[in-house]
Amino acid sequence: MLIKSLVSVFLAAILTENYVLCKFLGICPFLGVSKKLNTAVGMSVAVTFVMVLATAVTFPIYTYLLVPNDLAYLQTIVFILIIAGLVQLVEIVLKKYIPSLYQSLGVYLPLITTNCAILGVTMLVLQKVETTTAFTYTFGHALVNSLGAGIGFLVAMVMFAGVRSRIESADIPKSLQGLPITLIAASLVALSFLGFSGFVDKLIPLA
Amino acid sequence: MAEKKSLFAEFSKGIIKENPVLCLMLGTCPTLAVTTSASNAIGMGVAATAVLVCSNAVISLLRKVIPDKVRIPAYITIIATFVTIVQMVVKAFAPAINDSLGIFLPLIVVNCIILGRAEMYASKNPVLPSIFDGLGMGVGFTAALLCMGIIRELLGSGTVFGLQILPVQILIFILPPGGFFVFGMLIAIANKLNTKAGKKVIESPCSGCPMSKTCKSFACEKTEEVSENTDKEVVANVN
Repeated sequence: MLIKSLVSVFLAAILTENYVLCKFLGICPFLGVSKKLNTAVGMSVAVTFVMVLATAVTFPIYTYLLVPNDLAYLQTIVFILIIAGLVQLVEIVLKKYIPSLYQSLGVYLPLITTNCAILGVTMLVLQKVETTTAFTYTFGHALVNSLGAGIGFLVAMVMFAGVRSRIESADIPKSLQGLPITLIAASLVALSFLGFSGFVDKLIPLA
Repeated sequence: MAEKKSLFAEFSKGIIKENPVLCLMLGTCPTLAVTTSASNAIGMGVAATAVLVCSNAVISLLRKVIPDKVRIPAYITIIATFVTIVQMVVKAFAPAINDSLGIFLPLIVVNCIILGRAEMYASKNPVLPSIFDGLGMGVGFTAALLCMGIIRELLGSGTVFGLQILPVQILIFILPPGGFFVFGMLIAIANKLNTKAGKKVIESPCSGCPMSKTCKSFACEKTEEVSENTDKEVVANVN
């Protein structure tokens, strides 16, 4: 049951609840950094890493520090400061101990503090704790959800980088060049993800 | 008199000339996510405007006190404070809007319009112009959201502000793909009008991003370079 629910949470985060294409979180990097495949992958890996780390820190702080002290209304301000501090910390640690990884991921880190997908995932997993009825939503589920959200981001970015490389060589009306055609392409990619709705519930029936 | 005029100019520039959504490409996430109906769009716009005006005022007051090195964390803390206040007010007086905006209400804190105005305007200008700048940008943001909201609600559920107008419903317009599509078309129209008026057209969503200073030498520049190169190639091919 536990494994089943973990798999279901993971697949749902990637396919049916894709953060970029179904929830509109992290649109800026999705449109801005998806032009080249290697930058798209680098950004997504950095986002995934920070997402999991941020959830691992904010989830216990919220449940064991803020809620028992009646401070749940401070969620927004506490979470954004934790994420900002965490990103700085990761940057410093990577720079000092793993310079090769810093070379490839470090450049994306300053951008991640103000990425709404990170703050969004840390808040949404806490909402899920209250709204999920089919099984008890634990810390493990929250981590798996964040990992899935990050991988969903990666999938969307990689798919979209491929689509954009095809657009580059197309003949597009002048007013639609640049951003408009990118958004219309994103619309079609999002349309394909609508096909997954109900997929995970059918595949892994819970309850 | 002259001051009054310039204050009005600060206010009005955000509505059309420097519209944050359609001309500066800021705040894309809420623009796409909450515009499934016109009333949601207004709710989001008013909440963001309130935060924008208050944070612009406070940041402008503190602009000489905040050290340059820690300015971004300081701005984020100030913005997060006002977001928390707005969140509590909305929860208390408009619970229906709180439910429909959901996660996007606290996410105003990472909305790049607010950080962008703090970084580009409020940190360099006195209090009164900063307030008017915030007000203008907020109204521009609300207007763009309302525009999206009316189009999507009309096509997607046949209503405007809940009033039945069209007999048909094209459901796809209130689903995520419709959001991307309507936004793409609106930007295309704005681009068309801008080129007619002889103004610059936005190329990349990074151009207005408040973090562009920090990332200019990194991720964004790489993609910018690519775009420049391909543009040159396209020109060469056309020639």
